[in-house]
Amino acid sequence: MSETAQQDSVRPWRLADWFVRHGRMLVIGLPMLWLGIFFLAPFFVVFKISVSELAIARPPYLPLTSWEDGKLILTLNLGNFQYLIEDSLYVSSYLTSIRIAFFSTIFALLLGYPMAYVIARSTGHRRNILLMLVMLPFWTSFLLRVYAWIGILKANGVINNFLMWTGVIDSPIVMMQTDFATYVGIVYTYLPFMILPLYANLAKLDTTLLEASSDLGARPLTTFLTITLPLSIPGIVAGSMLVFIPAIGEFVVPTLLGGPDTLMIGRVLWSEFFNNRDWPVASAVAMAMLVLLVLPVMWLRRAQSQQEAG
Amino acid sequence: MQKTGFLMRFITVLGFVFLYAPILSLVIYSFNESRLVTVWGGFSTKWYGELLKDPQILSAAWISLKIAFTSASIALVLGTLTALVLVRFGRFRLRELLNGMITAPLVMPEVITGLSLLLLFVVMESWLGWPSQRGFTTIVIAHTTFCMAFVAVIVESRLSDMDESIEEAAGDLGARPVRVFFDITLPTIAPALVSAWLLAFTLSLDDLVIASFVSGPGSSTLPMVVFSKVRLGVSPDVNALATIMIGAIGLGVVIATTLLLRQEKKAE
Repeated sequence: MSETAQQDSVRPWRLADWFVRHGRMLVIGLPMLWLGIFFLAPFFVVFKISVSELAIARPPYLPLTSWEDGKLILTLNLGNFQYLIEDSLYVSSYLTSIRIAFFSTIFALLLGYPMAYVIARSTGHRRNILLMLVMLPFWTSFLLRVYAWIGILKANGVINNFLMWTGVIDSPIVMMQTDFATYVGIVYTYLPFMILPLYANLAKLDTTLLEASSDLGARPLTTFLTITLPLSIPGIVAGSMLVFIPAIGEFVVPTLLGGPDTLMIGRVLWSEFFNNRDWPVASAVAMAMLVLLVLPVMWLRRAQSQQEAG
Repeated sequence: MQKTGFLMRFITVLGFVFLYAPILSLVIYSFNESRLVTVWGGFSTKWYGELLKDPQILSAAWISLKIAFTSASIALVLGTLTALVLVRFGRFRLRELLNGMITAPLVMPEVITGLSLLLLFVVMESWLGWPSQRGFTTIVIAHTTFCMAFVAVIVESRLSDMDESIEEAAGDLGARPVRVFFDITLPTIAPALVSAWLLAFTLSLDDLVIASFVSGPGSSTLPMVVFSKVRLGVSPDVNALATIMIGAIGLGVVIATTLLLRQEKKAE
């Protein structure tokens, strides 16, 4: 399947076959090579630097191997990982990240499920328009949408102005730079990721089951709890993981909306790298974050293959 | 058809308000005369004028557009090849590796992608002497890598929906694989390729975190400039910028969706 295979019309058939076979290798090889170099290899580099020692140099770490008296010496510095465990900053930022990602996922599910359900139950033109309305914010700038919340939540922002104008409150409520604002920002930016897999799942739901259930006298709530909800579990898992996984590593939302104490791992990694210029510790944080994500990613893949099969 | 309950519909309306209220407030306050973004001082378009006079924003926007165009185009080729390999090439060694490498960037936290690519570039520079300078090229490489994953997902789903028997028929009639690809497969998946390219373009245009890691001096992208402005507080010209971007993207999405829907109707 390469360009070379086109020139073979006058050549012997065997040669053409050779071209075709190697064209196949070329087509496989090109993306393989690209991803191998620019996606897979970087992780080995990160691992290497996470076990090296910080130095005042360019680049700011020491090489792992050295040559002394005819001996090759390999130095693996596990101190960076030990530091992560011993310094309470890292442990607490891990726990904060998990807590914020977890509750954001719950809120996104509570808001997203009804939306996906209503869209899946609407028909024709209406369904397409609703779907487009869900997708549209996803296409517009993420950074600017987070920024929009600053104008809404800050002390003289839209909400406080409105509440003070109506006389409900006398002094502005502090919403910016709190965990609350971080939750709002994360739920807001990742809501489409929750809705779309749920919608895909609910749209495929066999409606005859629902009719049968109501014919047999079940009330709508009973039908929902015993049929719709259990059947939509793969969609719930897929949507939840698509919110949870990126939320764990989120940097922009806690930085713009969260307070100084809203420490999430993504933010810690950023400041370790850009402010402290401690590349080994930043790499160790990245490695630890990857370990944390293995389980949710596996769960997501299982849910997705279930969705495809079911 | 089962009627949806009142509570469900109520939450849905609430959800859409939640999705659109911030965007709406951005647009409204971009026409605000007052510098205090949220205090209404009368209708004005002066922030748009201010924006168009800001050389920093303009040059960053130009860099971002060039990067987005280049990386979306490379990502389209590589992502389509990957999808083709995964859907049409059957079993081969390392198939699972390729599958894993193309889906992982979708869920990889941006800080990790950014950090790991930067460290790769640093190591490559000390080993190979390339890239001697970080900037346009390194950002394009980084963006291509994560955008091609999105391209592959879109093209993969289109390819697996496609009727394979037409390709087989062409092959049986003696067409070479390359001919089959350009005459049959490519025209069939063309709408998916358009939306994949557009998605890659917007993802690249939007990226802050990865670009911050792999960029160098003099190659600040638009999100990087906006981020440094926004960090200092709300500024009205950012609202104007947001309105322009939302308007352009909204229009593009509406047109693209209408075209796609029309094509689907024709196909039926």
